[in-house]
Amino acid sequence: MAEVDYGTLKKGGFMRQKQKDNFSLRLAVVGGTLTAENLKKIAEVAERYGDGYVHLTSRQGVEIPFIKLKDIEEVKDSLAEGGCKPGVCGPRVRTVTACQGSQICPSGNIDTTDIAQKLNDRYFGRELPHKFKFGVTGCQNNCLKAEENDVGIKGALDVKWKEEACINCGVCAKACRENAITIEDGKVVVDYDKCNFCGRCVKSCPTDAWDANSAYIVSFGGTFGNSIYKGEDMLPLITTEEQLFRVTDAAIQFFADNAKPSERFRFTIDRVGKDKLYKVLKEAYDG
Amino acid sequence: MADFVIDDTVDITDVVCPVTFVKAKVALEELDEGQVLAIRMNDGEPVQNVPRSIKEEGHQILKLNTNEDGTYTLIVKKVGE
Repeated sequence: MAEVDYGTLKKGGFMRQKQKDNFSLRLAVVGGTLTAENLKKIAEVAERYGDGYVHLTSRQGVEIPFIKLKDIEEVKDSLAEGGCKPGVCGPRVRTVTACQGSQICPSGNIDTTDIAQKLNDRYFGRELPHKFKFGVTGCQNNCLKAEENDVGIKGALDVKWKEEACINCGVCAKACRENAITIEDGKVVVDYDKCNFCGRCVKSCPTDAWDANSAYIVSFGGTFGNSIYKGEDMLPLITTEEQLFRVTDAAIQFFADNAKPSERFRFTIDRVGKDKLYKVLKEAYDG
Repeated sequence: MADFVIDDTVDITDVVCPVTFVKAKVALEELDEGQVLAIRMNDGEPVQNVPRSIKEEGHQILKLNTNEDGTYTLIVKKVGE
């Protein structure tokens, strides 16, 4: 048998198993979404080339174990017919994860599926000094655990009270968990120092008496493996998609420029200095 | 509360989430369209969540009154059959 280039196979999503010449094939999944067509083909490949089952990974991926070395090219071709592509492993941008977001979930503040797809188009598989993970969660319920990721994006709502539509029912003041809303002389007063932009006031308002725009809270340097650190939110509220991608571009470039090989973003930030990262991010934020 | 004619009342202070909403929903189902229900609920999770759930069901919230005993009364007009 020819020399096996495990590095290339790993990069292409073929994860070496304990069992010789067997690979667990990782598939590319964006934001946890697969079509019925994808799933049918995955099932077919698992039965024909694997051991008849798949493993769902901790980050919304799918792996098909027990793919034989000799079948790798055939498996790739077969999966391609069902619109499936191999994923990646190693030092590069990994699977972009997402919750279902505002298209499906009543709590969602942003279209996470769309943002995940755009992040994927922009960065997926990009070569870097170490692995780099993006996660997108639609709201402060944080089902997708944004802060576990190197860059985590959390949906928010930038809110402003609309007096003319308000019936002064008082629901928003109780729905707010930050005690940021008070009602004074029939007027709703928001203390923006306390507001965390969760949008519960908007979601609960019977007359939609709020101007509410999708916004983003972004955290940097999360990791949840051998070391555990929560990603930190360093910027004011991000209010447009263009601004969001300027910031994510700046973060990933900072990592590419400054990280040592095999150093996660968190440790680059700690070594180089949070102030230096902040400066770069703030410039991108301001445009 | 004098501003509204209340057709029925329900007390959900004796149950916890998610039964709070279920009990309110059942009470609303017994009303006709346009009738008004007063729902008495506890502070904390019920008052944070029940009004929103009622709104998501499509009913019209008219007012949230604060009671002297620390509970709240949500006034809701039934929308739909």
